[in-house]
Amino acid sequence: MTEFTPLTSLLGGGLIGVAAVLLMALNGRVAGLSGILGGLVPPAAPDWVWRAAFLAGAVVAPGLILAFTGFTISFDSPVPTPWLIVGGLIVGVGVTLGSGCSSGHGVCGMARLSGRSIAATISFMIATAATVFIIRHVLGGF
Amino acid sequence: MPRILSALVAGLIFGAGIAVSGMINPAKVLNFFDIAETWDPSLAFVMGGALAVTALGYFLVLKRPTPAFEKRFHLPTKKRLDLPLIGGSALFGIGWGIAGFCPGGSIPALGLGQSSAFVFVAAMIAGMFAVKLVRSAMLVRAVRGRA
Repeated sequence: MTEFTPLTSLLGGGLIGVAAVLLMALNGRVAGLSGILGGLVPPAAPDWVWRAAFLAGAVVAPGLILAFTGFTISFDSPVPTPWLIVGGLIVGVGVTLGSGCSSGHGVCGMARLSGRSIAATISFMIATAATVFIIRHVLGGF
Repeated sequence: MPRILSALVAGLIFGAGIAVSGMINPAKVLNFFDIAETWDPSLAFVMGGALAVTALGYFLVLKRPTPAFEKRFHLPTKKRLDLPLIGGSALFGIGWGIAGFCPGGSIPALGLGQSSAFVFVAAMIAGMFAVKLVRSAMLVRAVRGRA
């Protein structure tokens, strides 16, 4: 079980939105994590520096929260390592073919009512829910 | 320099949002999708908060002629719904459902020093690299075929 956290989830979601708006207003870029990371995977995009800077910020932020606020970040990864590798490979292939993930399509694309992003989001939300259902309730897994 | 600094600040706020919202926690993500048993609706609030702020902010920002530090807005130009979009997204969903990590959740989780995040991100990068390899091989073949 995990605790229902409507307020901090809403606040965190709002921060994700602020980051997306800021990156668009200042750099004219979509805050899609798979797209930003994909541009660093060889052969890297020529504009790799801002991508690396964004990712560095995203990596450092949780540590700063732990160091300078009283906020506790709960974390629990119930998935065995071999399945993390399988899941990671599938995610890497999927987001590259599908041109985005939950941040790029789900937040940035949906926010500007992009038909492609709405279709992509419906597609991955259904697939994710179906996968979790099959793993947990058909196969009895994690 | 301003472009790099602004990207860093946006990344910091993004990572903070992921950590505070609970999207960094695979157990929470998986419970959101498990309506049948241990449903935790929190992530609907993450989506709601993020979409509300981004929709309003984009509405105001995209009215301007250019972003502050770039010559133009870099927005996707494709309009067609095609198989790579729908099929690739479905694949992403399957992987997300298996691991509980999405790209945006896993990168900040690296900063928590979680070994599961390192395993996931390494595999994800390998998957991205594999698609790039296949695509460039297909491109080479297409160019040779034409020559």
